[in-house]
Amino acid sequence: MKANMLTFTKQDSPIHRLTGATKLIIFVVWSVAAMITYDTRCLAVMLVFSLFPFILSKVKFRDYAFVLSLILLFFLLNQLAIFIFSPLEGVRIYGSRHDIVHLAGRYTLTWEQLFYQFNIALKYAVVLPMALLFLLTTDPSEFAASLNRLGVNYKIAYSVSLALRYIPDVQRDYENISFSAQARGIDISRKEKLSRRVKNIISILMPLILTSIERIDKISTAMELRGFGRKTKRTWYKTRPFSSQDYIALGLIALIAIASTVITFYDGSRFYNLFEPN
Amino acid sequence: MKKAVIEFADFGFQYRAQKEPTLHGITLTITEGEKVLIVGPSGSGKSTLAHCINGLIPFAYSGEMTGSLRIMGQEQQEMSIAELSDRVGTVLQDPDGQFVGLTVGEDIAFRLENDAIPQAEMLEKVNAAAIAVDIHEFLSSSPQELSGGQKQKTTLGGVLVGDVDILLFDEPLASLDPYTGKKAIELIDRVQREGGTTVIIIEHRLEEVLHRAVDRIIVMDEGHIVADLPAAELLSADLLRNVGIREPLYLTALKYAGCSITPDINPQHIDDVRLDEYAGKLKVWYENNNIQPTSLEYPPLLELRNVTFGYEKNRPVLQELTLRIGKGEMLSIAGRNGAGKSTLSKLICGFYRPTSGTIWMNGRDIGPDSIKERADRIGFVMQNPNHMISKTLLYDEVALGLILRGASVEHIRERVHAILKVCGLYAFRSWPISALSYGQKKRVTIASILVLEPEIIILDEPTAAQDYRHYNEMMEFLLTLVNQGMTVMMITHDMHLMLEYAQRTIVLAGGVKLADDSPERVLGDTEVVRSANLKETSLFTLALRSGLDQPSEFVRRFIAYDRRVRGR
Repeated sequence: MKANMLTFTKQDSPIHRLTGATKLIIFVVWSVAAMITYDTRCLAVMLVFSLFPFILSKVKFRDYAFVLSLILLFFLLNQLAIFIFSPLEGVRIYGSRHDIVHLAGRYTLTWEQLFYQFNIALKYAVVLPMALLFLLTTDPSEFAASLNRLGVNYKIAYSVSLALRYIPDVQRDYENISFSAQARGIDISRKEKLSRRVKNIISILMPLILTSIERIDKISTAMELRGFGRKTKRTWYKTRPFSSQDYIALGLIALIAIASTVITFYDGSRFYNLFEPN
Repeated sequence: MKKAVIEFADFGFQYRAQKEPTLHGITLTITEGEKVLIVGPSGSGKSTLAHCINGLIPFAYSGEMTGSLRIMGQEQQEMSIAELSDRVGTVLQDPDGQFVGLTVGEDIAFRLENDAIPQAEMLEKVNAAAIAVDIHEFLSSSPQELSGGQKQKTTLGGVLVGDVDILLFDEPLASLDPYTGKKAIELIDRVQREGGTTVIIIEHRLEEVLHRAVDRIIVMDEGHIVADLPAAELLSADLLRNVGIREPLYLTALKYAGCSITPDINPQHIDDVRLDEYAGKLKVWYENNNIQPTSLEYPPLLELRNVTFGYEKNRPVLQELTLRIGKGEMLSIAGRNGAGKSTLSKLICGFYRPTSGTIWMNGRDIGPDSIKERADRIGFVMQNPNHMISKTLLYDEVALGLILRGASVEHIRERVHAILKVCGLYAFRSWPISALSYGQKKRVTIASILVLEPEIIILDEPTAAQDYRHYNEMMEFLLTLVNQGMTVMMITHDMHLMLEYAQRTIVLAGGVKLADDSPERVLGDTEVVRSANLKETSLFTLALRSGLDQPSEFVRRFIAYDRRVRGR
């Protein structure tokens, strides 16, 4: 019943050994770089670079299989939606038109569209391994410390850690509440009319919100009693100093990001154009 | 003369939202290294007193203070909550709610992190504290992997790490099973003796806390201190009963046998009581009170046949479980955390389906029935009433199940009013639920189930978080239901509840049925007691120490006699 969601598993690999802060920076920089560029050459090179640490990290397929399948589904829907809403986006971008086949009405498949959507696919492929890697190899305990190191206020950073701590508890509360509601006759399944269903879901949410508020109240009391927020600075139990590996990794990522940006904008357009103008 | 660490002088406190003060004229001095127990019924002001000591008053709950309170010689009102937390370490009631770290190590370190202690020093201190509370093997475990007792150890470790002068325990036994509770009391005792720390325990379970000696007991009632005595003297006085605190059962038994309780018989611990001629008196009482058990035959109502279930493959929570519940029976299910007690009730209600095996009701396999269909015959009351209440008004909440089943307005009104009368809630029928006490809320949830007219009602820890008076009220109420023909199944590790009210106790351990017998015999079986995290009742020990040959029978006779006396 419980699918293996994106959870950190303790392992030893060069990627696991990087500090959480490094991985967070890499993930952010990498994603931004991949978002900016539509240069096929850059994306292709970045894809190769992203697969390399993925193999290095020894993460197991079953740890992310479920999430991957979900992302692939959204990816397909996204691609379909792009074509449905804007079948000639590629033509507009690349300024040329080479038809492959006319489908129906305003829908004509062109090489430009195909290439444009291929580039989008590549972007997904470039960001995805890094995102998965960040989630699968970063100890949740290090999240908060990493955010704090990047300059985020520790009170906000700690709330990330608290959320991770209490998500399973709130899930359990929800399960209990929905069970008891169902026993009373509150139906939230598709069998019920939509208007009724919304009403029924609200009657489940009410106790969930109330118990969560009660929970938050208890936690904040407990935290206060243990001196949370008394100083402007805070140290972290689970934090690691930067090692040479971290600096190397950060240097590499900076190089790649800069190179990619320079190449992308060198000719004045974010798009790499294969096509002869016609 | 030892240094005073806490000094209340003619102290009073009134919450801002309340008309009357909660504490009046408190004068109390606690000296360095003392171990003090504060007892009192719900609403007696004992928690308010604790909040004044740890600073939650006035920092979290505002109100008006009168008189003076000095902590470590300093006026409380002049200190910040952070300063107070350097001196007073608090272990709160709910081990889950105060576990803020993602792992044991982080939770213990929390205090040090907030004090911005360098990491190297922190690791060392966390290790030392973890060893002191014996949780060092679990430093990287997440709270979901820990038992209630382990979570509490972690919390204690997290408080010890701050090197505080005063340790304050707010109902430390409330959410622990009897065995773990006993271990917690032993741990508190050890920590206190090793560190010379001042310890204040707030509890209403007197007998359990007295498992290890305390220097004195302070009794609170209606905001006043009504007694401040060493344990032996307090137990010899007649005061406890008046304030609704249950005296240790072995003392009640001795009183029934006509023995007078005086400080010189060492009444504070069952192992130390000087029995001498009392043993003879007990024996006479035992022989004169041979009330034969009324053995009743119950027609079967609910049956589980070879039920196996697991949340994950190859990890069964219940294995080949077979049991039978009779119509009109009141029985209890016991077992340590994770033994499958809650799972069992969820299977009966249809929230989960067994992997194999069948569940029968009135001779019919109810396997195909939906949750809703089962709920018409089987009522399930969760431990936390807030998990069940979804309406703001009492009447609406109780009527909800009937409304959803499409009953007529007239019929609903009639049923709801009838049930509210049964549950003693009729006077509150137009009240908002938020204005009710915890025990009343619990009753509301029971009423909202009873209104559907189930044949059996399953309750998860019906008396959790309630003091003796409320415990009594709740259980007597359930008993009246049973007398009217209702079948009641209770999931509990409260041993008093089992002994006094259950006709039968089923013990689960590792997903199998370990025992299925009368509670006094179950609690007399050392092996079962150990594997279900229960503990031997002091009545049993008393019988053994008095040389009675059938201790279980003694326990049974005591309960029967006690019922009759209290029933008057």
